[in-house]
Amino acid sequence: MSTIAAPAPSRVRLPLLAIVAVAAAIGFYFALGPFWDWALYRAVGLPRGTRWADAVHFFCFDTTKIAALLVSIIFVVRVLRSFLSVERTRALLGGRREGLGNVAAAGLGVATPFCSCSAVPAFIGFVAAGVPLGVTLSFLIASPMVNEIAVVLLYGLFGFRIAALYVGSGLVIAIVAGAILGRLRLERFVEPFVLQAAGQASTPGVPEPQPSWSERFELGREEVRSILGRIWPYLLAGIALGAAIHGWVPADFFARYAGPSNPLAVPFAVVLGVPLYSNAAGVLPLVEALHAKGLAMGTLLAFMMSVVALSLPEMVLLRRVLRPKLLAAFVAVVAGGILATGFLFNAVL
Amino acid sequence: MSQVKVLGSGCPNCRRLTGLTEQALAELGRPEQVEKVTDYAQIAAYGVLATPALVVGERVVMAGRIPGLDSLKAALAEQLAPAA
Repeated sequence: MSTIAAPAPSRVRLPLLAIVAVAAAIGFYFALGPFWDWALYRAVGLPRGTRWADAVHFFCFDTTKIAALLVSIIFVVRVLRSFLSVERTRALLGGRREGLGNVAAAGLGVATPFCSCSAVPAFIGFVAAGVPLGVTLSFLIASPMVNEIAVVLLYGLFGFRIAALYVGSGLVIAIVAGAILGRLRLERFVEPFVLQAAGQASTPGVPEPQPSWSERFELGREEVRSILGRIWPYLLAGIALGAAIHGWVPADFFARYAGPSNPLAVPFAVVLGVPLYSNAAGVLPLVEALHAKGLAMGTLLAFMMSVVALSLPEMVLLRRVLRPKLLAAFVAVVAGGILATGFLFNAVL
Repeated sequence: MSQVKVLGSGCPNCRRLTGLTEQALAELGRPEQVEKVTDYAQIAAYGVLATPALVVGERVVMAGRIPGLDSLKAALAEQLAPAA
Protein backbone atom coordinates (compact mmCIF):
# COMPACT_ATOMS: atom_id res chain seq x y z
CA MET A 1 0.00 0.00 0.00
CA SER A 2 1.70 3.17 -1.11
CA THR A 3 -0.04 5.81 0.89
CA ILE A 4 2.53 8.57 1.13
CA ALA A 5 1.75 11.60 -0.97
CA ALA A 6 5.18 13.24 -0.79
CA PRO A 7 8.10 11.37 -2.37
CA ALA A 8 9.86 9.27 0.28
CA PRO A 9 13.32 10.54 1.29
CA SER A 10 16.16 8.61 -0.31
CA ARG A 11 18.03 5.92 1.61
CA VAL A 12 20.96 8.19 2.43
CA ARG A 13 18.90 11.13 3.58
CA LEU A 14 16.69 9.22 5.99
CA PRO A 15 19.25 8.27 8.71
CA LEU A 16 20.91 11.67 8.35
CA LEU A 17 17.57 13.40 8.89
CA ALA A 18 16.93 11.22 11.92
CA ILE A 19 20.29 12.14 13.50
CA VAL A 20 19.74 15.85 12.89
CA ALA A 21 16.22 15.63 14.32
CA VAL A 22 17.41 13.83 17.47
CA ALA A 23 20.24 16.32 18.02
CA ALA A 24 17.87 19.25 17.54
CA ALA A 25 15.35 17.75 19.97
CA ILE A 26 18.00 17.19 22.66
CA GLY A 27 19.41 20.70 22.20
CA PHE A 28 15.92 22.19 22.36
CA TYR A 29 15.10 20.22 25.50
CA PHE A 30 18.15 21.39 27.45
CA ALA A 31 17.86 24.98 26.24
CA LEU A 32 14.33 25.29 27.65
CA GLY A 33 15.26 26.00 31.29
CA PRO A 34 17.78 28.77 30.55
CA PHE A 35 15.47 30.15 27.86
CA TRP A 36 12.48 30.61 30.18
CA ASP A 37 14.73 32.00 32.96
CA TRP A 38 15.96 34.57 30.51
CA ALA A 39 12.61 35.27 28.80
CA LEU A 40 10.46 35.63 31.90
CA TYR A 41 12.82 37.05 34.52
CA ARG A 42 15.13 39.09 32.30
CA ALA A 43 13.28 40.05 29.12
CA VAL A 44 9.76 40.41 30.53
CA GLY A 45 11.08 41.36 33.95
CA LEU A 46 8.82 39.22 36.16
CA PRO A 47 9.94 39.51 39.77
CA ARG A 48 11.68 36.18 40.49
CA GLY A 49 10.68 34.63 43.78
CA THR A 50 7.12 35.91 43.87
CA ARG A 51 4.33 33.36 43.82
CA TRP A 52 2.67 34.24 40.56
CA ALA A 53 5.94 34.75 38.69
CA ASP A 54 7.13 31.31 39.78
CA ALA A 55 3.77 29.83 38.82
CA VAL A 56 4.00 31.39 35.34
CA HIS A 57 7.55 30.11 35.00
CA PHE A 58 6.48 26.60 36.06
CA PHE A 59 3.63 26.67 33.54
CA CYS A 60 5.75 27.85 30.59
CA PHE A 61 8.70 25.61 31.37
CA ASP A 62 6.61 22.50 32.02
CA THR A 63 4.35 22.97 29.00
CA THR A 64 7.26 23.23 26.57
CA LYS A 65 9.34 20.56 28.30
CA ILE A 66 6.53 18.03 28.41
CA ALA A 67 5.41 18.83 24.86
CA ALA A 68 8.97 18.29 23.57
CA LEU A 69 9.28 15.00 25.48
CA LEU A 70 5.90 13.77 24.31
CA VAL A 71 6.34 14.59 20.63
CA SER A 72 9.74 12.93 20.36
CA ILE A 73 8.94 9.89 22.46
CA ILE A 74 5.50 9.14 21.05
CA PHE A 75 7.04 9.29 17.58
CA VAL A 76 10.01 7.05 18.36
CA VAL A 77 7.94 4.53 20.34
CA ARG A 78 5.31 4.26 17.63
CA VAL A 79 7.95 3.66 14.96
CA LEU A 80 9.52 0.92 17.12
CA ARG A 81 6.13 -0.57 17.88
CA SER A 82 5.29 -0.82 14.21
CA PHE A 83 7.39 -4.00 14.27
CA LEU A 84 4.67 -5.51 16.45
CA SER A 85 0.88 -5.54 16.07
CA VAL A 86 -2.08 -6.77 18.08
CA GLU A 87 -2.49 -9.51 15.47
CA ARG A 88 1.11 -10.62 15.97
CA THR A 89 0.79 -10.47 19.76
CA ARG A 90 -2.30 -12.61 19.64
CA ALA A 91 -0.51 -15.18 17.51
CA LEU A 92 2.38 -15.18 20.02
CA LEU A 93 0.03 -15.68 22.97
CA GLY A 94 -2.36 -18.20 21.40
CA GLY A 95 -2.27 -21.57 23.16
CA ARG A 96 0.11 -20.34 25.87
CA ARG A 97 -0.27 -21.73 29.34
CA GLU A 98 -0.82 -19.56 32.36
CA GLY A 99 2.33 -18.59 34.21
CA LEU A 100 4.86 -17.94 31.50
CA GLY A 101 1.96 -16.77 29.35
CA ASN A 102 1.20 -14.04 31.91
CA VAL A 103 4.78 -12.83 31.79
CA ALA A 104 4.76 -12.79 27.99
CA ALA A 105 1.38 -11.04 27.93
CA ALA A 106 2.50 -8.29 30.30
CA GLY A 107 5.66 -7.69 28.28
CA LEU A 108 3.75 -7.66 25.02
CA GLY A 109 1.14 -5.38 26.58
CA VAL A 110 3.88 -2.79 26.94
CA ALA A 111 5.34 -3.29 23.47
CA THR A 112 2.21 -3.67 21.36
CA PRO A 113 0.63 -0.59 19.77
CA PHE A 114 -2.75 -0.72 21.46
CA CYS A 115 -5.38 1.75 22.63
CA SER A 116 -7.49 0.61 25.57
CA CYS A 117 -10.54 1.75 23.60
CA SER A 118 -9.98 -1.47 21.62
CA ALA A 119 -10.21 -3.59 24.76
CA VAL A 120 -13.49 -5.27 23.74
CA PRO A 121 -12.62 -6.43 20.20
CA ALA A 122 -9.17 -7.47 21.41
CA PHE A 123 -10.70 -9.47 24.27
CA ILE A 124 -13.06 -11.29 21.87
CA GLY A 125 -10.22 -11.90 19.42
CA PHE A 126 -7.95 -13.28 22.13
CA VAL A 127 -10.68 -15.63 23.38
CA ALA A 128 -11.28 -16.75 19.79
CA ALA A 129 -7.59 -17.59 19.41
CA GLY A 130 -7.58 -19.64 22.62
CA VAL A 131 -5.56 -17.25 24.74
CA PRO A 132 -6.36 -18.13 28.40
CA LEU A 133 -8.47 -15.62 30.35
CA GLY A 134 -5.76 -14.77 32.89
CA VAL A 135 -3.20 -14.21 30.15
CA THR A 136 -5.58 -11.90 28.27
CA LEU A 137 -6.17 -9.92 31.46
CA SER A 138 -2.41 -9.58 32.06
CA PHE A 139 -2.19 -8.00 28.62
CA LEU A 140 -5.14 -5.67 29.27
CA ILE A 141 -3.69 -4.51 32.63
CA ALA A 142 -0.14 -3.93 31.43
CA SER A 143 -1.09 -2.10 28.26
CA PRO A 144 -2.59 1.08 29.79
CA MET A 145 -0.53 1.00 32.99
CA VAL A 146 2.97 0.78 31.57
CA ASN A 147 2.55 3.07 28.60
CA GLU A 148 5.26 5.09 26.97
CA ILE A 149 3.79 8.44 27.95
CA ALA A 150 3.81 7.57 31.64
CA VAL A 151 7.31 6.12 31.57
CA VAL A 152 8.88 8.97 29.63
CA LEU A 153 7.24 11.67 31.69
CA LEU A 154 8.29 9.93 34.90
CA TYR A 155 11.81 9.75 33.58
CA GLY A 156 11.80 13.41 32.50
CA LEU A 157 10.33 14.68 35.76
CA PHE A 158 11.72 12.32 38.41
CA GLY A 159 14.65 10.51 36.83
CA PHE A 160 15.58 6.97 35.95
CA ARG A 161 15.04 5.26 39.30
CA ILE A 162 11.41 6.27 39.71
CA ALA A 163 10.61 5.43 36.08
CA ALA A 164 12.23 2.00 36.45
CA LEU A 165 10.36 1.34 39.71
CA TYR A 166 7.10 2.26 38.02
CA VAL A 167 7.71 -0.03 35.04
CA GLY A 168 8.84 -2.89 37.26
CA SER A 169 5.92 -2.70 39.64
CA GLY A 170 3.43 -2.18 36.80
CA LEU A 171 4.66 -5.37 35.14
CA VAL A 172 4.56 -7.32 38.40
CA ILE A 173 0.98 -6.17 39.07
CA ALA A 174 -0.11 -7.19 35.54
CA ILE A 175 1.59 -10.60 35.78
CA VAL A 176 0.43 -11.45 39.30
CA ALA A 177 -3.11 -10.09 38.88
CA GLY A 178 -3.54 -12.04 35.62
CA ALA A 179 -2.13 -15.20 37.19
CA ILE A 180 -4.45 -14.94 40.22
CA LEU A 181 -7.52 -14.23 38.08
CA GLY A 182 -6.60 -17.16 35.83
CA ARG A 183 -6.32 -19.47 38.87
CA LEU A 184 -9.77 -18.48 40.09
CA ARG A 185 -11.32 -20.24 37.05
CA LEU A 186 -13.76 -17.47 36.36
CA GLU A 187 -14.31 -18.30 32.68
CA ARG A 188 -18.02 -18.80 33.28
CA PHE A 189 -18.27 -15.13 34.24
CA VAL A 190 -17.31 -13.95 30.79
CA GLU A 191 -20.35 -12.48 29.02
CA PRO A 192 -21.95 -15.21 26.88
CA PHE A 193 -21.98 -13.02 23.77
CA VAL A 194 -18.18 -13.01 23.79
CA LEU A 195 -18.07 -16.76 23.22
CA GLN A 196 -20.63 -16.55 20.43
CA ALA A 197 -18.78 -13.69 18.79
CA ALA A 198 -15.49 -15.51 19.24
CA GLY A 199 -17.02 -18.55 17.55
CA GLN A 200 -17.91 -16.49 14.49
CA ALA A 201 -14.73 -14.44 14.46
CA SER A 202 -12.33 -15.12 11.66
CA THR A 203 -9.22 -16.10 13.58
CA PRO A 204 -6.37 -15.51 11.25
CA GLY A 205 -8.34 -12.30 10.77
CA VAL A 206 -6.59 -9.30 9.37
CA PRO A 207 -3.14 -10.13 8.00
CA GLU A 208 -0.22 -8.72 9.99
CA PRO A 209 0.70 -5.36 8.54
CA GLN A 210 4.15 -5.19 6.93
CA PRO A 211 4.82 -1.47 6.69
CA SER A 212 7.75 0.04 4.83
CA TRP A 213 10.06 2.48 6.62
CA SER A 214 8.33 5.55 5.28
CA GLU A 215 5.02 4.05 6.39
CA ARG A 216 6.48 3.49 9.87
CA PHE A 217 7.42 7.17 10.04
CA GLU A 218 3.95 8.05 8.80
CA LEU A 219 2.51 5.93 11.64
CA GLY A 220 4.71 7.87 14.08
CA ARG A 221 3.42 11.19 12.79
CA GLU A 222 -0.18 9.97 12.92
CA GLU A 223 0.28 8.83 16.50
CA VAL A 224 1.75 12.16 17.64
CA ARG A 225 -1.10 14.04 16.00
CA SER A 226 -3.76 11.72 17.38
CA ILE A 227 -2.46 11.50 20.97
CA LEU A 228 -1.61 15.18 21.37
CA GLY A 229 -4.91 16.12 19.74
CA ARG A 230 -6.69 14.05 22.37
CA ILE A 231 -4.74 14.86 25.51
CA TRP A 232 -3.74 18.52 25.20
CA PRO A 233 -6.65 19.84 27.28
CA TYR A 234 -5.79 17.42 30.10
CA LEU A 235 -2.15 18.29 29.77
CA LEU A 236 -2.73 22.04 30.01
CA ALA A 237 -5.22 21.63 32.86
CA GLY A 238 -2.80 19.38 34.71
CA ILE A 239 0.08 21.80 34.26
CA ALA A 240 -2.04 24.81 35.24
CA LEU A 241 -3.18 23.03 38.39
CA GLY A 242 0.40 22.00 39.03
CA ALA A 243 1.53 25.61 38.57
CA ALA A 244 -1.10 26.82 41.04
CA ILE A 245 -0.01 24.23 43.61
CA HIS A 246 3.59 25.15 42.91
CA GLY A 247 2.94 28.84 43.57
CA TRP A 248 0.38 28.84 46.35
CA VAL A 249 0.38 25.66 48.40
CA PRO A 250 2.90 26.02 51.23
CA ALA A 251 5.89 23.72 51.10
CA ASP A 252 5.48 20.62 53.30
CA PHE A 253 1.70 21.09 53.31
CA PHE A 254 1.16 17.52 52.17
CA ALA A 255 4.02 16.15 54.20
CA ARG A 256 1.98 17.10 57.25
CA TYR A 257 -1.28 15.49 56.10
CA ALA A 258 -0.27 12.83 53.59
CA GLY A 259 3.32 11.93 54.33
CA PRO A 260 4.69 8.39 54.24
CA SER A 261 3.64 7.82 57.84
CA ASN A 262 -0.07 8.26 57.17
CA PRO A 263 -1.45 4.77 56.38
CA LEU A 264 -4.68 6.15 54.90
CA ALA A 265 -2.93 8.22 52.24
CA VAL A 266 -2.39 5.36 49.79
CA PRO A 267 -5.94 3.91 49.83
CA PHE A 268 -7.30 7.44 49.58
CA ALA A 269 -5.11 8.13 46.54
CA VAL A 270 -6.28 4.92 44.84
CA VAL A 271 -9.98 5.68 45.42
CA LEU A 272 -9.47 9.25 44.25
CA GLY A 273 -7.90 8.01 41.03
CA VAL A 274 -10.87 5.86 39.93
CA PRO A 275 -13.38 8.52 38.86
CA LEU A 276 -10.68 10.78 37.45
CA TYR A 277 -10.64 10.25 33.75
CA SER A 278 -7.31 11.39 32.53
CA ASN A 279 -4.11 9.88 31.37
CA ALA A 280 -0.50 9.95 32.43
CA ALA A 281 0.12 13.21 30.58
CA GLY A 282 -2.61 15.03 32.47
CA VAL A 283 -1.77 13.54 35.86
CA LEU A 284 1.99 13.84 35.90
CA PRO A 285 2.40 17.64 36.06
CA LEU A 286 0.08 17.44 39.06
CA VAL A 287 2.11 14.60 40.55
CA GLU A 288 5.28 16.64 40.07
CA ALA A 289 3.87 19.65 41.90
CA LEU A 290 2.40 17.51 44.71
CA HIS A 291 5.72 15.74 45.17
CA ALA A 292 7.52 19.06 45.45
CA LYS A 293 5.15 19.91 48.32
CA GLY A 294 6.00 16.79 50.28
CA LEU A 295 3.51 14.16 49.13
CA ALA A 296 5.13 10.73 49.34
CA MET A 297 6.26 9.13 46.08
CA GLY A 298 4.60 5.76 46.74
CA THR A 299 1.27 7.47 47.33
CA LEU A 300 1.68 9.42 44.10
CA LEU A 301 2.62 6.37 42.03
CA ALA A 302 -0.43 4.54 43.42
CA PHE A 303 -2.59 7.51 42.45
CA MET A 304 -1.20 7.52 38.95
CA MET A 305 -1.64 3.78 38.46
CA SER A 306 -5.19 4.03 39.69
CA VAL A 307 -5.99 6.85 37.25
CA VAL A 308 -4.64 4.99 34.22
CA ALA A 309 -5.51 1.36 35.06
CA LEU A 310 -8.65 1.51 37.21
CA SER A 311 -10.48 4.38 35.58
CA LEU A 312 -14.25 4.33 35.31
CA PRO A 313 -14.39 4.43 31.45
CA GLU A 314 -12.09 1.41 31.36
CA MET A 315 -14.41 -0.41 33.78
CA VAL A 316 -17.42 0.43 31.62
CA LEU A 317 -15.68 -1.08 28.60
CA LEU A 318 -14.62 -4.21 30.44
CA ARG A 319 -18.14 -4.62 31.81
CA ARG A 320 -19.20 -5.34 28.20
CA VAL A 321 -17.19 -8.55 28.23
CA LEU A 322 -16.92 -9.44 31.94
CA ARG A 323 -19.91 -10.19 34.16
CA PRO A 324 -20.09 -8.24 37.45
CA LYS A 325 -18.46 -10.96 39.58
CA LEU A 326 -15.42 -11.22 37.33
CA LEU A 327 -15.20 -7.46 36.97
CA ALA A 328 -15.30 -7.11 40.77
CA ALA A 329 -12.55 -9.70 41.13
CA PHE A 330 -10.53 -7.84 38.50
CA VAL A 331 -10.89 -4.50 40.31
CA ALA A 332 -10.11 -6.05 43.69
CA VAL A 333 -6.95 -7.81 42.51
CA VAL A 334 -5.61 -4.81 40.57
CA ALA A 335 -6.45 -2.40 43.39
CA GLY A 336 -4.68 -4.74 45.82
CA GLY A 337 -1.58 -4.69 43.67
CA ILE A 338 -1.59 -0.91 43.41
CA LEU A 339 -2.05 -0.55 47.18
CA ALA A 340 0.86 -2.89 47.82
CA THR A 341 3.02 -0.88 45.42
CA GLY A 342 2.14 2.37 47.16
CA PHE A 343 2.92 1.06 50.63
CA LEU A 344 6.10 -0.63 49.46
CA PHE A 345 7.50 2.52 47.86
CA ASN A 346 6.50 4.70 50.76
CA ALA A 347 8.47 2.33 52.96
CA VAL A 348 11.61 2.02 50.83
CA LEU A 349 11.95 5.39 49.05
CA MET B 1 -25.42 -2.00 1.66
CA SER B 2 -22.62 0.44 1.79
CA GLN B 3 -19.21 -0.37 0.39
CA VAL B 4 -17.33 1.68 2.96
CA LYS B 5 -17.62 0.88 6.66
CA VAL B 6 -15.99 2.19 9.80
CA LEU B 7 -15.82 -0.37 12.62
CA GLY B 8 -15.70 0.97 16.14
CA SER B 9 -17.66 1.35 19.32
CA GLY B 10 -18.31 5.07 18.90
CA CYS B 11 -15.18 6.19 20.73
CA PRO B 12 -13.68 9.58 19.79
CA ASN B 13 -11.14 7.89 17.49
CA CYS B 14 -13.90 6.09 15.60
CA ARG B 15 -15.84 9.31 15.11
CA ARG B 16 -12.70 10.98 13.81
CA LEU B 17 -12.06 8.19 11.33
CA THR B 18 -15.68 8.37 10.17
CA GLY B 19 -15.42 12.12 9.63
CA LEU B 20 -12.09 11.80 7.82
CA THR B 21 -13.43 9.02 5.59
CA GLU B 22 -16.47 11.10 4.65
CA GLN B 23 -14.19 14.01 3.83
CA ALA B 24 -11.86 11.80 1.79
CA LEU B 25 -14.77 10.35 -0.19
CA ALA B 26 -16.15 13.82 -0.86
CA GLU B 27 -12.78 15.09 -2.04
CA LEU B 28 -12.43 12.07 -4.31
CA GLY B 29 -15.87 12.78 -5.68
CA ARG B 30 -17.17 9.36 -4.67
CA PRO B 31 -20.88 8.74 -4.06
CA GLU B 32 -20.38 6.09 -1.31
CA GLN B 33 -21.84 6.62 2.13
CA VAL B 34 -19.93 5.59 5.25
CA GLU B 35 -21.69 2.94 7.29
CA LYS B 36 -20.86 2.76 10.98
CA VAL B 37 -20.60 -0.69 12.53
CA THR B 38 -20.73 -0.49 16.32
CA ASP B 39 -21.83 -4.01 17.22
CA TYR B 40 -18.93 -5.86 18.81
CA ALA B 41 -20.02 -9.25 17.46
CA GLN B 42 -20.00 -7.86 13.91
CA ILE B 43 -16.65 -6.15 14.47
CA ALA B 44 -15.20 -9.43 15.72
CA ALA B 45 -16.55 -11.23 12.66
CA TYR B 46 -14.18 -9.14 10.53
CA GLY B 47 -11.29 -10.45 12.63
CA VAL B 48 -10.45 -6.93 13.75
CA LEU B 49 -8.56 -6.68 17.06
CA ALA B 50 -8.07 -2.94 17.23
CA THR B 51 -10.54 -0.19 16.45
CA PRO B 52 -11.18 2.01 14.59
CA ALA B 53 -10.97 -0.06 11.43
CA LEU B 54 -11.80 0.80 7.85
CA VAL B 55 -13.53 -1.77 5.66
CA VAL B 56 -13.90 -1.30 1.92
CA GLY B 57 -15.86 -3.87 -0.04
CA GLU B 58 -15.84 -6.29 2.94
CA ARG B 59 -12.05 -6.14 3.09
CA VAL B 60 -10.30 -4.68 6.16
CA VAL B 61 -8.03 -1.97 4.80
CA MET B 62 -6.60 -0.64 8.04
CA ALA B 63 -7.17 -1.25 11.75
CA GLY B 64 -6.19 0.48 14.97
CA ARG B 65 -5.00 3.74 13.48
CA ILE B 66 -6.21 7.09 12.26
CA PRO B 67 -4.50 7.76 8.96
CA GLY B 68 -3.80 11.19 7.56
CA LEU B 69 -6.26 12.46 4.97
CA ASP B 70 -3.81 11.87 2.11
CA SER B 71 -3.11 8.27 3.12
CA LEU B 72 -6.80 7.67 3.51
CA LYS B 73 -7.63 9.09 0.08
CA ALA B 74 -4.91 6.98 -1.52
CA ALA B 75 -6.16 3.83 0.21
CA LEU B 76 -9.78 4.51 -0.72
CA ALA B 77 -8.91 5.29 -4.32
CA GLU B 78 -6.94 2.05 -4.51
CA GLN B 79 -9.66 -0.11 -2.96
CA LEU B 80 -12.80 1.29 -4.52
CA ALA B 81 -13.86 0.18 -7.96
CA PRO B 82 -13.72 3.06 -10.45
CA ALA B 83 -16.97 5.05 -10.38
CA ALA B 84 -19.32 4.09 -13.17
